[in-house]
Amino acid sequence: MKLQEYTASAHNFEECMKCTICTAYCPVVPVNPRYPGPKQAGPDGERLRLKDPYFFNQALKYCLNCKRCEVVCPSGVKVADIIQSARIKYDHAQPRLRDVVLANTDFMGKLARPFAPIVNGTTALGVTKAVLDATFAIDKHRTFPKYSGRSFERWLKRRAKEQAKFDKQVAYYHGCYVNYNYPQLGKDFVKVMNALGIGVQLLDKEKCCGVALIANGMSKKAAKNAKHNVDVLQKAVDAGLKVLTTSSTCTMTIREEYPGLLQVDNSGIKDSVLLATRYIYQLIESGQAQLKFKENYRARIAYHIPCHLEKLGWGIFSTELLKMIPGVEFTLLDSNCCGISGTYGFKKENYESSQAIGKPLFDQIKSVNPDFVACDCETCKWQLEMSTDYPVKHPVSILAEALA
Amino acid sequence: MRFDTVIIGGGLAGLTAGISLQEAGQKVAIVSAGQNAMHFFSGNFEDAGPVRERISALFAAAGVRTNALDGVQLMPMGKFQPVSLTLEDVTVFPEEHIAEKALIVNFTGFHDFYCTFLAETLEKAGTACRIRFVRLPEMEHLRTSPSEMRSVNIARVMDEYWEKAVADIRILLGDEDLIILPQVFGLKDASVLDKIRTSLPARVAFVGTMPPSVPGIRTQMLLKRRFEVLGGTFLMGDEVTSAALHEGVVSSITTRNLDTARLFADHFILASGGYFSKGLAATPTQVFEPLFGLDIDYPEERKDWYDADFFAEQPFMDFGVKTDASLHAVKDGEPMKNLFCIGSVLGGTRKEDYGTAAGLAIRTAFAVVDTIKGGNV
Repeated sequence: MKLQEYTASAHNFEECMKCTICTAYCPVVPVNPRYPGPKQAGPDGERLRLKDPYFFNQALKYCLNCKRCEVVCPSGVKVADIIQSARIKYDHAQPRLRDVVLANTDFMGKLARPFAPIVNGTTALGVTKAVLDATFAIDKHRTFPKYSGRSFERWLKRRAKEQAKFDKQVAYYHGCYVNYNYPQLGKDFVKVMNALGIGVQLLDKEKCCGVALIANGMSKKAAKNAKHNVDVLQKAVDAGLKVLTTSSTCTMTIREEYPGLLQVDNSGIKDSVLLATRYIYQLIESGQAQLKFKENYRARIAYHIPCHLEKLGWGIFSTELLKMIPGVEFTLLDSNCCGISGTYGFKKENYESSQAIGKPLFDQIKSVNPDFVACDCETCKWQLEMSTDYPVKHPVSILAEALA
Repeated sequence: MRFDTVIIGGGLAGLTAGISLQEAGQKVAIVSAGQNAMHFFSGNFEDAGPVRERISALFAAAGVRTNALDGVQLMPMGKFQPVSLTLEDVTVFPEEHIAEKALIVNFTGFHDFYCTFLAETLEKAGTACRIRFVRLPEMEHLRTSPSEMRSVNIARVMDEYWEKAVADIRILLGDEDLIILPQVFGLKDASVLDKIRTSLPARVAFVGTMPPSVPGIRTQMLLKRRFEVLGGTFLMGDEVTSAALHEGVVSSITTRNLDTARLFADHFILASGGYFSKGLAATPTQVFEPLFGLDIDYPEERKDWYDADFFAEQPFMDFGVKTDASLHAVKDGEPMKNLFCIGSVLGGTRKEDYGTAAGLAIRTAFAVVDTIKGGNV
């Protein structure tokens, strides 16, 4: 009997009791009728796919992998993992060129960085956007994230000596975004850590966490990156370092997706990879360090929790830190997906869904009318800055600007 | 991380306690392992009679309107049930003869609303019924995957296009004095219910569907938002992994997501629900409370756990955590000093004092809140 093969999966689909709560909270279901919904795409479909891969449905690609289904499931079913694993297992279609380009964030960053002014100027042009839209199916409404002329790694390497002077040290997994697009966040992070009396080191050549590769059907390459990253993270951990991050999605990917989707064992490093906000909060709360803030700092902040931070359950560290800053008027926005979901929203075929998903959030931000929005995710930032008139700042950057 | 009170469970009991304590100036965290039984809520706060003013006020501040009326509610399978407090979505009738003639309207392809069962019951009570279907182009896309033609998905469409449904119903309406509609309206905003009532020329009654419950989900969202607006911390999708116990006192707990960031509190409230929510668990040989290993009263012989008549009241549904008079949890025969139990985790153990179901959740929540506020812990 092969009964076990037919009835058990790695992601406990058999515990689903068909309550449909996941579908009620899925951000895609209300806006995209082609998506069968998390229950159907996940546990229901898994039952059939285990019998015959014929039942695999291409519509699973509409899943954002936001994990909201898992956060709300009363039975602890890993709904999003079931869906993403099915895509990895059964979808053998070659990814199209556009998806390869979008997914290879570090390769594209390396390529574009030396020509940053030209690349930024070109991608911002209406004519380029029109061409990308027509030939490449990258939606013309999107503005490509700007590339920075100098990478964060280079900036920090030049300061390695002064960072080494601190008794206490941490390693920093900066991710592609900080390195190629927005080194300022990395600089803000270093400023805050230094204010806490801690020096910052680079890892021994980190690679992209792989989240965009997974989303675009390049899981083999993602697993390669994952193995590489686990190795270099392990070196840091063996040297007695915590590894801090500023991207909630990279963190979720390294901690949860490596073992869950890519079958890469991260047990040696998982507990040491922490979001900076969590590390800083625990340091301050335990009385081991303090931050001194400006007396005249004033800001009305609306905080948006990114999906992957909600999944990690660590939003509380960011919100508590922001509330610690004197002069901050804090509003917690309702937990809603912004709709961009990494590379998803850049694709022409997803643009409308993406904006419709984000609409309740955009509307709420406008009604709160804050000075700016706080959020731990780089792609949420792009989406919210494009779709509302409010700037979006990372909690670590807010700490940095509020420091005395 | 330090709180005045940490509540384990984010359903009706946990949120009622959490909101009340935040209103009293406490700093409260709720740890919620996924969504809860509110998503299956019929809208009837059974056994809540003794606290109906107090809970109505708490809900009103959260934007949840209630009916404090004595009467009967028509249930989804066509039975009548006595009520004294319901969500505003529920139409309360003074008696089972609810109309001379009723038009029961459903949406084509929606299988979670049992019109014929309703009609059978109503006709027995002297109400002539006619069943008709509405089909809107805006809803057709739901039908591509029949398993997703569910209450919540319809409600999303209805939030936007309810006027079109109303226009169709006006055409279908004959000389009926009552229109019965499924509860698929007002997922985000309950004001659409009143708008529908005033735009139709006959009385309108909303009757529950199979789960998920649209009024229940809206209520859950509004209560959670109220809790957070008051400054409460809601840890969604997290679960308790361990507790530090010493001489009958819980000093802190850990959760799966926060691991080393322990949650410390003066008081802990267990509102983790019954078997469905895993607040209670069972194996073929034992029934237990999985988080703290609290005492549960149940017969040793397994054959005494259940009644062989499937439709009889099942004894295992009454098993629950043992508590002292003021709802302190009992462990190894001794009451814990700062751990309270509220809601379904009590099973039927406190039926005489606090009733069952939603009433049990609310009344035990208030009782524990008063104990904590009064300082006689």
